[in-house]
Amino acid sequence: MSGYLGRRIAETVFLLWLMSFLIYALIGLMPGDPIDLMLSADPEITAEDAARLKALQGLDRPLIERYGFWLQGAVTGDFGYSRLYARPVVDVIGPRLVNTLILMGTSLVLALLLAIPAGIVAALYPRGLTDSTVNLLAFAGFSVPSFWLGLILIIVFAVQLGWLPAGGTAPVGSTDLLDRLRYLILPVLTLTLLAAGTFVRFVRAAMLEALREDFIRTARVKGLSRTAVVVRHAMPHAMLSLVTIVALNVGSLFSGSLVVETIFAYLGMGKLIYDSIMGNDYNLALAALLIATLVTLLANLVADIAYGWLDPRIDYGG
Amino acid sequence: MAADAEAPLTRVGRRPNATGQGPWRRFWRRFLWHRLAVLCAWLLLFLIVAVVVGPALGAAFGLDGQTVNLFDRMAPPGPGQPLGTDELGRDLLIRLMEGGRVSLLVGISGALLTAVIGTAIGLAAGYAGGRTDSFFMRLTDAVIALPLLPLLIVLAAIDVTKLGLPSAFAGDGWGSVYRIVVLVALFGWTTVARLVRAAVLSQKERDYIRAARALGAGPMRIALRHILPNIASPIIVATTLSIGNIMLAESVLSFLGLGIQPPLPSWGNMLTNAQEIIWQAPALAIWPGALLFATVIACNILGDGLQDALDPRGDLRH
Repeated sequence: MSGYLGRRIAETVFLLWLMSFLIYALIGLMPGDPIDLMLSADPEITAEDAARLKALQGLDRPLIERYGFWLQGAVTGDFGYSRLYARPVVDVIGPRLVNTLILMGTSLVLALLLAIPAGIVAALYPRGLTDSTVNLLAFAGFSVPSFWLGLILIIVFAVQLGWLPAGGTAPVGSTDLLDRLRYLILPVLTLTLLAAGTFVRFVRAAMLEALREDFIRTARVKGLSRTAVVVRHAMPHAMLSLVTIVALNVGSLFSGSLVVETIFAYLGMGKLIYDSIMGNDYNLALAALLIATLVTLLANLVADIAYGWLDPRIDYGG
Repeated sequence: MAADAEAPLTRVGRRPNATGQGPWRRFWRRFLWHRLAVLCAWLLLFLIVAVVVGPALGAAFGLDGQTVNLFDRMAPPGPGQPLGTDELGRDLLIRLMEGGRVSLLVGISGALLTAVIGTAIGLAAGYAGGRTDSFFMRLTDAVIALPLLPLLIVLAAIDVTKLGLPSAFAGDGWGSVYRIVVLVALFGWTTVARLVRAAVLSQKERDYIRAARALGAGPMRIALRHILPNIASPIIVATTLSIGNIMLAESVLSFLGLGIQPPLPSWGNMLTNAQEIIWQAPALAIWPGALLFATVIACNILGDGLQDALDPRGDLRH
């Protein structure tokens, strides 16, 4: 187990490093560099000044050298300053990450609470009316354009009914928890509906498969009731594969979160990434993208470990 | 698999008995059994004809989706403009059809490119095995786990002329269409690659492949002439399913202002301004998304129906 764990951690670190280089290189390909931005803001700067500034900031160096310099800072926790917020990148990201984790975590839990019973009921009566309805709703869940679902919810609950705010994180200056919750409802609802569809399909398929297993037949034959067989034997078996699916979906949950945050002006990581890329804030974009990657890679790592821990049949070897 | 029909806890609905008919006949009977999928096939056909013929028909009546009329902004539906006008006074119906043309074109061509890349990688990994296989599968795992949307945003924001590509790719209009197709295919191939690899592994050691090998056929010939035709069904299903996902990816990027560039409309970028005027003209936010939703769900249900119909195991419906 420890050997496997070590290898997976090494793999995760390697992947993160690879992504940091790729993203660094890609961001260098975005239009304009920081000095070009200064030039456009201040007509008094001469070409010589610009060249001097570029040399001073190391922007005339080759890509590898600049990346090495950035990496040196990054491993000690120094990601530089944000251009948009004029504060250290780490200070900007902290609260945003908390907001996103609240949004993603709540939506994930709600989506599972919705998907698990629905998927199980659908699998118990395949091809029945319930199954067809659940299936259709699940298809709707993963086929609906995320931003459009958000817009429709705004039209219904904010424009027509006026029950909920159309966007934001909290009223200005308010720290009241109830106020914050009101602002969370629509973003969470959107993300939950988006995520639930995929989970329903997986729960249903996993349950159908579990119900075909020989040990289920054995349990039935030895006289256990239908309910007991489903709850005690089939469900744990089906839920096991769900662990992996949930982890694999953290990446797409993050993508959904980016859209939802942008629509509802919710101050999370997704909106931060979008704003920093649109605002040419390279230091911030780079660090935020890497944090997003780290979160999804960690989720997968944790799922792999949990899977081995939950399923005694799996032996990862020495 | 014979025991499936007698699984104790599931009531499997009756499907037409398919023995004793040719494979094509069997395919059609199973497909028609999935009535919803047939309905979706008709819907898609209707949409494709509408977006191809519609704008031409509009032009015959002197209507187009480009003429700006600032005196007639956000007009309600009326004679000569069945759905009213958008925020710049352009005819909404014609624009929806022109936008649909772009969205469907991106979806279908992106799916085809995805299928080609995925099939090539899947064939290489499955047939070569060993190091090639584990490299490609690791790559697939990594791409699946990553938060794709933030990375797509970075890639969509880079200045391609810095890569030495012709400025045709950087420009507005159709240049942005090519870019999007390439971008989505760059990340979309994983599903097809996995399915193809699994299918290749199941075929590789069969007798007909051994026979071909014994007769002296080289690896390329075996992979392309013998294996590929036998694994066509999962490729067809995965390609159909990816049309919807690619259209969703395109629409999100376009909505965020990084995909299809106006004045060329797409269902995604038609919603970009819709949020700001959601209080005055909610209809502008509803139509493009509703059409996109209908198209994507139709593709997904059609893909599901095809899977049912092409799956030789028949009774397993995932």
